[in-house]
Order: sequence, then structure tokens, then C-alpha cells
Amino acid sequence: MISNELLKIDALCVSFNTQRGKVRAVRNLSLGIAEGETLALVGESGCGKSVTAHAITRLIPMPPGLIESGSIHFRGSNLLSFSEKQMRAIRGSRISMIFQEPMTSLNPVFTIGAQIAEVFLAHSKMSKQNAHTKAVELLKLVKIPDPEKRAKSYPHQLSGGMRQRAMIAMALASPNPGLMIADEPTTALDVTIQAQVLRLLAELKERVGMGLLLITHDMGVVAETADRVAVMYAGRKVEDAPVEEIFTNPRHPYTLGLLGCQPSAPANRGAPRLTSIGGSVPDLLTLGEGCPFENRCNRALPVCRENFPSAAAAGSAHTYYCHNPEAPQTEERRS
Amino acid sequence: MDTKPIPADPGFWADSWHQLKRNRAAMAGLLIIACFALLAIFAPLLAPHNPLEQVIAARMSPPLSSGHLLGTDDLGRDMLSRLIYGGRLSLIIGIISVSISLILGISLGIVAGYFGGWLDKVIMRVIDIMLAFPYILLTIVIVAILGPSLMNAMVAIGISQMPRYARVLRASVMAEREQDYVMAERALGTSNFELMFRTILPNALAPTIVQATLGVGEAILSSAGLSFLGLGAQPPTPEWGLMIASSKQFITSAWWIVTLPGIAILLAVLGFNLLGDGLRDILDPRLRD
Repeated sequence: MISNELLKIDALCVSFNTQRGKVRAVRNLSLGIAEGETLALVGESGCGKSVTAHAITRLIPMPPGLIESGSIHFRGSNLLSFSEKQMRAIRGSRISMIFQEPMTSLNPVFTIGAQIAEVFLAHSKMSKQNAHTKAVELLKLVKIPDPEKRAKSYPHQLSGGMRQRAMIAMALASPNPGLMIADEPTTALDVTIQAQVLRLLAELKERVGMGLLLITHDMGVVAETADRVAVMYAGRKVEDAPVEEIFTNPRHPYTLGLLGCQPSAPANRGAPRLTSIGGSVPDLLTLGEGCPFENRCNRALPVCRENFPSAAAAGSAHTYYCHNPEAPQTEERRS
Repeated sequence: MDTKPIPADPGFWADSWHQLKRNRAAMAGLLIIACFALLAIFAPLLAPHNPLEQVIAARMSPPLSSGHLLGTDDLGRDMLSRLIYGGRLSLIIGIISVSISLILGISLGIVAGYFGGWLDKVIMRVIDIMLAFPYILLTIVIVAILGPSLMNAMVAIGISQMPRYARVLRASVMAEREQDYVMAERALGTSNFELMFRTILPNALAPTIVQATLGVGEAILSSAGLSFLGLGAQPPTPEWGLMIASSKQFITSAWWIVTLPGIAILLAVLGFNLLGDGLRDILDPRLRD
């Protein structure tokens, strides 16, 4: 379906053993990212977005975590079959990550220049001098003013936006980045900085030619940066479509609900107030085999409780998982 | 903001030094330690006599007698010179013992705290067992096994002091291990070894430094105790504890032979304790304002 596939996740199941029982955090998840594509993984807190990201880089603490089944192919090789040593060579080199909390994701006792230089030194042979020069170049690339001086700053001396830029610079310090995973990169930043950081990410992605897995719960962020969107709910993927399809022709009731929660989203035009999805996320411990959204869904049928629907296609690149989907939007109704 | 140059970077340690300078007790401790350190380093230049040279004719001269500022002992050896050389020895003992226990304690503590699980359980139970023995008893037992000598006393003190460093470091490593930056560095392909010693250790070390400073004072005291019991330094070494032991029968006739080494021990230990308490106030984030 997707030519030139960068990352292909197939039927991934991840669970965590807790004292109360087994939590199935990710169930039967399949995703694909093409070279140079931006895929947004959307869903509310606790739906398994970050677990998926950590599974790709094999950063899930095991135990209590366990990747039960499935495969994660990166440029053709299954990451789940890699040894820890092979994974270390991939992390930070081919696949890099940006974390949610720029305030705490930098080591407080080293200068940011030293931390970026460290990535160069870890993955390629070069002198310390050279690594430092390249670190300063990266800081310039992510538009940190006065990069020579900032390279000598400690994380606590930088603002949140500045630190997130430094984090992005660190993620870019790999010799040949293929995939960048940004786990809620803008959640901790204020709105004006958010836009700047997103624009920077999009710009850098074009420049370096890497794929981007953008994890977020913010549909505004999705609209601005993504090529394609995968919507997750309670560990399951419920809809997967190109970004304009998601906004104009959502088929899964949950996707529609998410759009309704967004100010000025298309689904909300003309509506006097923001809508919200009633009820709350089900407990992953007690979740059965049915559709996890069944208890909150206003289109639920008896069959929804019985089993999780198989994939249904709505166009070449649009799939959804619903027994009773929303009606497709016609061209006239879209405009 | 942009017109001002970015101020020279204080960093954590420079900032701590700045705070330390405002803590009078800690500075007094540092001053005492500095005096002892200078005396120790320049002992051959500062000591008026050879500390082993016996002048029987001048034995048990009281302080301020001619040529002997602090008097002489029962064999006519110059007290001041012996105290200066004893200080040199005590500092070396303190530093070596604490280094031994730091090497052991940091290795065990970081492994236990970082990996957790059964490894942590095994290490911590062994440490619990060690802590169940009274400190001085454990030290004496180890010296008794190794044989009485100054070097063995240092090894014994090092081993007996190790549990506290392992515990303190384990606790701070466990807290630090969960920090986001550790995960972030792991995501950059950092190995476990590098994560432990380069990423986490510098962030987790502050409470251990406090313990180590206090530990130097305690090691000096313990080694004096062991030497007093005949398990540490052997005669005629000018060691403070040994000096007290070999002259205790003169406490009524020549008080200075017994008292002066005691005061020296007191001052040295006081210096390290004052500095250690000051460091604790500064490096412990809960006590920091």
C-alpha cells in the first residue's frame, strides 16, 4: 500500500503486569510510515500512544512491560529481534526521540553543548573539538539565538521553548536520522512557542528528509503538521487516514468526537459551544474483546460489545474499525 | 536582555561554593582542615625536630620549655613535631579509608539502585547484615582477621564505613533513575554503564559527598581508637591514638603527653564534621532555600 516504507508496525501487542492484573496497553496495533512522511498518532491520555513510541525504540521497562506479539520493521529489519546492543546503535542514530517535558529531559549537570556533542561522539568518530563545533551548528539550525554562548549554558538557564529546541538539536545530532519520534513535543510549551517549534520540526523534517511520528492529543497540531493521522483509543487503532480525510470525512464516532472537542474544528462550525465526549476512558484492566469505545458511543450496537470490528476501507488510504460508522461526507456537504 | 552578555555560568557546584562561603560553621571547619592540610604537606619544613629522635635528657619537658614549644614525651621526643607528623598520618588515613569505602559503596550502591530487582535485594541484605554489627566491633573483627597494622586498619575502616555510602547512593540513584533525562539519554543510544556513571552518578552524588566529609572525621577517630587498642599504627609511629595509648600512665604526672594528641584528634574531627554539616545544608535540596 505504502511505497518506500520506513517503519511498519504489524499487530503489535504490549502489556504491563501490575499488581491488579495485566494491563493491555496496546492491542493489535498496525501502523506504517513512509520515508519522509509525518504520521500523527492521536488519542487521549493513556490510550497507548507513548507506549507505542517506546516500543519502537524498545524503551519499555521489561518487566513489568512486555511486548507480547507483533513486529516492528524499520527499513526492512525487525527491531523486536534486535539485541540490546544492536538497539543502542539504532537509538539516537537512526531513530531519535523528542520528549514531552523539556524541563526535565535534559541532564541538569551538563551544558547543552556538551550533551549534544556527546551524541556525536557516541555515534561517529570525531574529535571533541569537532563535536562541539557541530553542536553549535545544530543549535544555530534550531534557531537558538547566540548559539556559541548558549552551548555553554546549563539546562536550568534556558526557557522551556529554548530547551525544547535544544532537545530537537540533540535528536538531530544523529549521523543519518531516518525517523524522529516526537512524543507530545509541544504539550509543555505555551501556545506561541508551540507554533514556532512545530514549524521548526516541519522545516527540519523537509531538510533532513526523515519520517516523523508525531504523538499528540491536540488536533490543531495534527492539522498543522501531519500528512496522515492514526487515531488510537484504549490501546486500539480506530481510524487511519490522510489528514484532510480525517478532518472532512471522519468515519469513526470517536474521531468525530475528538474533532468536536477542538475549537474551530470543521465538525464544530456553527455549533454554539464545544462538545465533549460523555463518560470516561474504560479501565484497561477489565476491557473485554468488544469495541472499547462502546460504552461512550452514541451509535453503539449490541454487536459492538461482542467483538472488535475488522478493518473497513473508505478509499485507498483510509481505514476505520467500526460496526456502525458515521455516514460518509459527500463533496457538497464538505464545502 | 539581549544587550547584556549572558553571565558567566555558575553551575551547580560553583553556586554551592558561593553558598558555602556564607556558612560560618562550615568555613571554620574548612579553615581547620586547611591548617591541618598545610601542616601535613609541609611537615618536614615545619616540624622543629625529628619526631622519632629521642633525647632522654630532655624527657617529659613541659610545654614552652627551651626548644620544645609543646614539651617532650616520656622518651624525650618533641611533642609538636610528633603532632604535626601525626596529623599528616591522620589525614592520609582519613582520605584512604574513605576512598576505599567510597569505591566499594559507590559501586554497590549504583548497581543496586540502577538495576534494582534481585541484585538490589542481595546487595542490600548483605549491607543490612553489616549494619547489624556495631561499627567499631566490625572494624576490630576485620583488623583481627587481617592482622594489626596501619594499612589493615584503613582497609577495615573502609569496609565498615562502606554500607552507609552504598545506602545513601542507592537511594539517590533510585530517585534519579526515574528522571526524564535518563530516559532521554537512553533513547540516544547510551549504554547502561554510561548511564550509571556518566549520566546518573553526577546527579546523585551530592548526599554521598556530605557523608564522605563526615566519614573522614569518623575514620580519623576510628583509626586513633584502633591504634589506642594496639590494632592500628605500631610504635614508634607518631600516630595520635597510639601517642595517647603509650602515655596514658602519665596523665597525672605529665598531662601534655596525653592531652595534646587528644586535642589534635578533637580539632581534626570537629573540622570535618563542621564542613560536613555545612555541606549537608547546602547540597540537600530539602534544606536549601
